[in-house]
Amino acid sequence: MKKPSKLSVLSAAAACLALSLSACGTSASEKGGVDGSTGSKPVTLTVGTFNEFGYEKLFKEYEELNPNVTIEHKKAATSNEARDNLTTRLAAGSGLSDIEAVEVDWLPELLQYPDQFADLSDPAVEGRWLDWKTEAATTADGKLVGYGTDSGPEAICYNAELLKKAGMPTERGEVAKMLGGTWESYFDAGRKFKAANPKAAWFDSAGAIYQGMSNQLEKAYEEEDGAVIATGNQKVKDIYNQVLKASSEDGLSAHLKQWSDDWAAGFQTSAFATTLCPGWMLGVIEGNAAGVSGWDVANVFPGGGGNWGGSYLTVPTQGANQAEAKKLAGWLTAPEQQIKAFTAKGTFPSQKQALESSELLGQTNAFFNGAPTGEIFAERAKAVEVTPFKGTKFFAINDAMQQALTRVDVDKTDDAASSWEKFVTAVKSL
Amino acid sequence: MAVTDRVITPPAGRSPNAGNDGKNVRRLALSRRVSKWDVKLSPYLYISPFFLLFAVTGLFPLAYSAWVSLHNWNLIGGQGKFAGLDNYAFVVAQPYFWNAVGNTFSIFVLSSVPQVFLALVIAAVLDANLRARTFWRMGVLVPFVVAPVAVGLIFNNLFADQFGLINEMLKAVGLDPVRWHSDSLASHAAIATMVNFRWTGYNALIFLAAMQAIPRDVFEAATIDGAGRLRQFFSVTVPMLRPTAIFVVITSTIGGLQIFDEPRVFDQSGLGGADRQWQTLTMYIWELGWGQRNFGRASAVAWLLFLIIVLIALLNFVITKRIASQGGRK
Repeated sequence: MKKPSKLSVLSAAAACLALSLSACGTSASEKGGVDGSTGSKPVTLTVGTFNEFGYEKLFKEYEELNPNVTIEHKKAATSNEARDNLTTRLAAGSGLSDIEAVEVDWLPELLQYPDQFADLSDPAVEGRWLDWKTEAATTADGKLVGYGTDSGPEAICYNAELLKKAGMPTERGEVAKMLGGTWESYFDAGRKFKAANPKAAWFDSAGAIYQGMSNQLEKAYEEEDGAVIATGNQKVKDIYNQVLKASSEDGLSAHLKQWSDDWAAGFQTSAFATTLCPGWMLGVIEGNAAGVSGWDVANVFPGGGGNWGGSYLTVPTQGANQAEAKKLAGWLTAPEQQIKAFTAKGTFPSQKQALESSELLGQTNAFFNGAPTGEIFAERAKAVEVTPFKGTKFFAINDAMQQALTRVDVDKTDDAASSWEKFVTAVKSL
Repeated sequence: MAVTDRVITPPAGRSPNAGNDGKNVRRLALSRRVSKWDVKLSPYLYISPFFLLFAVTGLFPLAYSAWVSLHNWNLIGGQGKFAGLDNYAFVVAQPYFWNAVGNTFSIFVLSSVPQVFLALVIAAVLDANLRARTFWRMGVLVPFVVAPVAVGLIFNNLFADQFGLINEMLKAVGLDPVRWHSDSLASHAAIATMVNFRWTGYNALIFLAAMQAIPRDVFEAATIDGAGRLRQFFSVTVPMLRPTAIFVVITSTIGGLQIFDEPRVFDQSGLGGADRQWQTLTMYIWELGWGQRNFGRASAVAWLLFLIIVLIALLNFVITKRIASQGGRK
């Protein structure tokens, strides 16, 4: 889950209205692929994005290269708003942009409706992205519904000053070695830290760590055929118990729910020493920890690589200009352009070639003690091995799980066992 | 113009040709007939825009959501099989539904009751001879024009569990911090505070308008009879505000039971707390409809909420009517 958003009730109301006024028709085009030609007649393309994709300059460039195209940019403030908008207009059967940006976490629920999106497979883009990036946007029968834009390979951010207080190494390479390659070794380091420095915590919350751990499971909650396995999956239960033991019994958690006001304030008071961070998290930390020194990035992630977030460009079949839209989406997500977007807004590329570029590899981050972030995250991206399968109920089940962890770790209204029971009840009610 | 026609239409009971020399009886008869229809119909035409608009934006969605609630209905996939009352049976069997009902009422009581009393007091103060009256009167409306989401963000800063302003102050004087986001009642109180912040001024202005309409000579008579300010307030002002009070209670009931914005922004995930401590009915509708994309169940809850509101409004009406008719002068 990327940063949750403020939600406008208006949009909800508008959604209900749109739903009730439109005959919710879903016109399914039976054929895959995209019809139409490109490049001659004048056309206006609408592009819907959210947050910051770094596309503003690229649009101008594309219009110069293709005089027949005019681009209209519709930018939603947050990923959640974009998701609500997309869902509602899909339901209404009209009103979507020619290109719609989709976040990886809500891509699976859209894959249920493959005929709502044009098949973008093309020999020209074969092998452009990291394998796991393409896999997540490919349907069971081999249709590619989205072109990858950025990704969220994860490293571990740490506060060197807190580690120093606990008499631990602070240099990037040594920290990476100390944290080691498994979750247990990461927790072990935490227990050592806690023993030397009982005042501060090791990580922000159980939920934050769980999300890193569970994203390494191939199938956490559901089977491909739609069967829900969440409550019977021993792997899920093991992670759940492991992370709660570390949080509550060993006292490694700062009990700060991610994105809450307390969490943001926790950076100012240096309440915890480490946190899992994808590339886009660096900006968040820098904002919350303004004026606090000591943050740095270690090139390590327990249990292999991990990815959190990142997006795709899709071409809805509602659109009248699918061929032109596909061409533009292909151009925007080419390595050269993604590097420009990265320079503009720090969206880390998911394209293989972009990961090799010297411009990317040379990038450092002043706030994080001059860490070579380009190099670190390029390596972290290559370390990602697992593409977690997220089915239709993933969003709801994962919410229930995060609530279960919060009950024990933050609210302290339940212990691990009773909270698990409530989780089972919640999943049954879906 | 119907209005002027109505003015010259002679009142019933007068002889039809009174004051007429019979020259243009026929034409007059025709115009009389037209104007009779005019009188009968035009009021309906004048008020029709509202009803037409309501039919499109209110009644149709209402009926349509009833239709949706009888089906399996996915937000994106659309209409599925006819399900009869299955959706209703399902949600009524959910403990989460009843939990949401309880939370909704709890927050509603914590917000509406103090709100009405506070609004009454503020209105009484504004009704007095203050300096810069208009400034104060406008001032109470300021919270109302601030977007609820913005209010939520500011209050979240006050009510944060570990580093929130209120808990920091409590800790400073040696008290235990309140667990705003894990204790059910505490969370309701915090949310009710946001609601009251927003609506009290609005209701105060409605009361104020009603107070202004009370004839001043009633107060003068009371003063001559030797009633003090307080006595006047309770014996003159409050009884005379009864109809307005009924209006305020009913509107705040309807609004209060549909509360969504404030609890939604009370934490970052907007699901009403990890243990659903402050999940209201509208939030539950949201969870079913947009979280689980099950529009059939969401519509069923929406209709149940509608029925609850109708029931409570009727109950309100009966009770307040009782109160209004007791001791009221004929």
